[in-house]
Amino acid sequence: MKKLFAIAVVLCLLIAGCTDTKSRSTGVYMLLDTSGTYAVELKKAQKILNYLLGILAPGDTLAVARIDTGSFSEKDIVSKVTFDERPSVANNQKRAFMQQVEAFVTKVKGSPYTDISGGILQAIEYLNEAESGKKYILIFSDLKEELAKGYKRDIPFQLPDYNVIALNVTKLRGDNIDPKEYMARVEDWRAKVEKGGGDWGMVNDLERLDNIFAN
Amino acid sequence: MTFANMLNITNSPALSILIWIVLFLLALYFARRPFHQAVMSFSKIIRNALRLGAASVLSAEKRLLVRNREVLMAAGLENAERIVEREFDRIAAAVTRDLESYPNVHRQLSEVIVKLDEDYTNSADVPPSLPNWMPIIESIAKIEHSGDSMVANMLAEINRSLTEQNKKAIEDYRNSTAARHAILNKMMPFWRKLERSLDGIASSMSNIKKRAKTVDRCMDQYEKIRAGSDSAARALSTSALTQFAIAALVLLIAIGGAIINFNLIALPMSEMVGGASYIGPFKTSDVAGLVIILVELTMGLFLMESLRITRLFPIIGAMDDKMRHRMIIITFTLLAILAGVESALAFMRDRIAHDMEVLRQTLAGAEQMGLSPSIIPTVGQMVLGFILPFALAFVAIPLEMFVASSRTVLGAGMAWLLRLLAFFLRLLGNIGFYTGRFIVNIYDLAIFPAIWLEGIILTSKGKKIALPEAEIPEDSKLVEEAVDSYEETIKIKEPQE
Repeated sequence: MKKLFAIAVVLCLLIAGCTDTKSRSTGVYMLLDTSGTYAVELKKAQKILNYLLGILAPGDTLAVARIDTGSFSEKDIVSKVTFDERPSVANNQKRAFMQQVEAFVTKVKGSPYTDISGGILQAIEYLNEAESGKKYILIFSDLKEELAKGYKRDIPFQLPDYNVIALNVTKLRGDNIDPKEYMARVEDWRAKVEKGGGDWGMVNDLERLDNIFAN
Repeated sequence: MTFANMLNITNSPALSILIWIVLFLLALYFARRPFHQAVMSFSKIIRNALRLGAASVLSAEKRLLVRNREVLMAAGLENAERIVEREFDRIAAAVTRDLESYPNVHRQLSEVIVKLDEDYTNSADVPPSLPNWMPIIESIAKIEHSGDSMVANMLAEINRSLTEQNKKAIEDYRNSTAARHAILNKMMPFWRKLERSLDGIASSMSNIKKRAKTVDRCMDQYEKIRAGSDSAARALSTSALTQFAIAALVLLIAIGGAIINFNLIALPMSEMVGGASYIGPFKTSDVAGLVIILVELTMGLFLMESLRITRLFPIIGAMDDKMRHRMIIITFTLLAILAGVESALAFMRDRIAHDMEVLRQTLAGAEQMGLSPSIIPTVGQMVLGFILPFALAFVAIPLEMFVASSRTVLGAGMAWLLRLLAFFLRLLGNIGFYTGRFIVNIYDLAIFPAIWLEGIILTSKGKKIALPEAEIPEDSKLVEEAVDSYEETIKIKEPQE
């Protein structure tokens, strides 16, 4: 009996040893800029989300949140889901997610300010809880941050193992006059992300969305 | 001492250089013999060490060749035994089939012969004879009469009676003959039956004779292999290579089938065990799919073993028939269940794939075209899912062939590699030796003025010039026997066996 027990214990240990505890799932948190100048671009964001829904696998996590005056809030999360391990259930979740996003894009109202930093902080918090293996924060914005009076966002980001990718960074009127402004804005965000330990990327051509997960 | 100082030992730098050159040549000349000895010793060490290594490798190759031959012969013997055994089984089956019913045939033949005998006896019955009083009447009828009417009437009556009796006798005779002919006619089917039975027995005997000839041929081959003849070894080696190639080809095809099978069940398995968990670097669903296929292969192996088609597991082949039949039923049932499961998984795969396609179209914004999937691919996948496990079960046959022939082929490959290694070792040894000689010759070339002077001096004194060691012809044979020669190994090995 003792021998049998010992064999059972050894087998259990072997099985446990073989099981990979490292998470291989992907977590994607997409921030949508809803400020007045940028809200018109949200249809493009919907296409990106559809692309993401197409490539994300069972077990992956996807969340969409809006960037408004104060984005460091769970209330700004439009929709969030961790896909079931069964493909059929995951497909149904994707359908439901798509409908929620569609409803949001249809009814969204522009916000007067753009709190990108707050959105990133919220994304970090969410993805850390989701315990995804690969973490992506997608910022669908022109990267022009405008904080309301009294909002403080001078907190350094903690972004180890994070990929922060800016999508559809449109040029503003002032950028056309002086491109340095655009470059400085992008550079500023890149520096902030890399200082926090994250990887920075930018995809402006929406035909090349496969570059998002190229790394 | 710097280079400049060296040039200043005399007033003239040229003279200083000349003095240094002379001194240098002298030093080299005096160091010539030790240098030659050192270089030659070193080069010989290299050569001998490498040639010894080569000899050892060649010895290993010889042993491997012997081992390969033993393996080949053992495999050939086993195969020949199997063929002879099968032929004997067939003979036994033929004997059982044909001669088991011999008592019955014998009884039938006896019955037919008795019947024929009876008929023959019946057909041999004497025809009815005339009545006994006929000769008396005949003699009375022949009596001459003198014209008496009464006598004449009597005689006429006798004549009429006689004629009637004659007619009747002829008729009776004819009837009797017809009856005998009828009996003889009835004998014909019995003759035919007898002929058929004898033909059947002759055919069985001929069949057994043919089998016996095959057994004789196989036994001849078996004897040749047992005798360990070279022709048998060559034939077996060629056969092993052919079998290896064919088995490898069939196994490749089977692997292709297994991959298709895997793709059929990997996706639906994620519906059962989840698509996000991993075992090591592999998805659990993929591993589960692979395990199912491997279990099917194992069941196939056991089935083939139980049917005694393959002999990879002697313990199964050695089981008693009852247990073996049970095993056949169990393995076949499990295989059928697994085939059913695969068929269901293939159906599920089709449903999931369709669902995914619909979702992809929705996400791409394409209009739904009222996708009604055709039933043909679904049925096709299900049939494929059901058939492939059974098809994979037959992998056991090429697998056994592959395992058996790979021993010979790998052995031959290893022997070839060892021969190549020995060649390179010898080549390196020779290169090392001749490099030493080359260095010695270059050394002598550098100090040729000193050697030239030595030659002049010795010639003037009438002494023979001693050849440098490098120029002494290398006529000594190098022993290329390994420490443990093949013969020694055999001597050591025999008592152990």
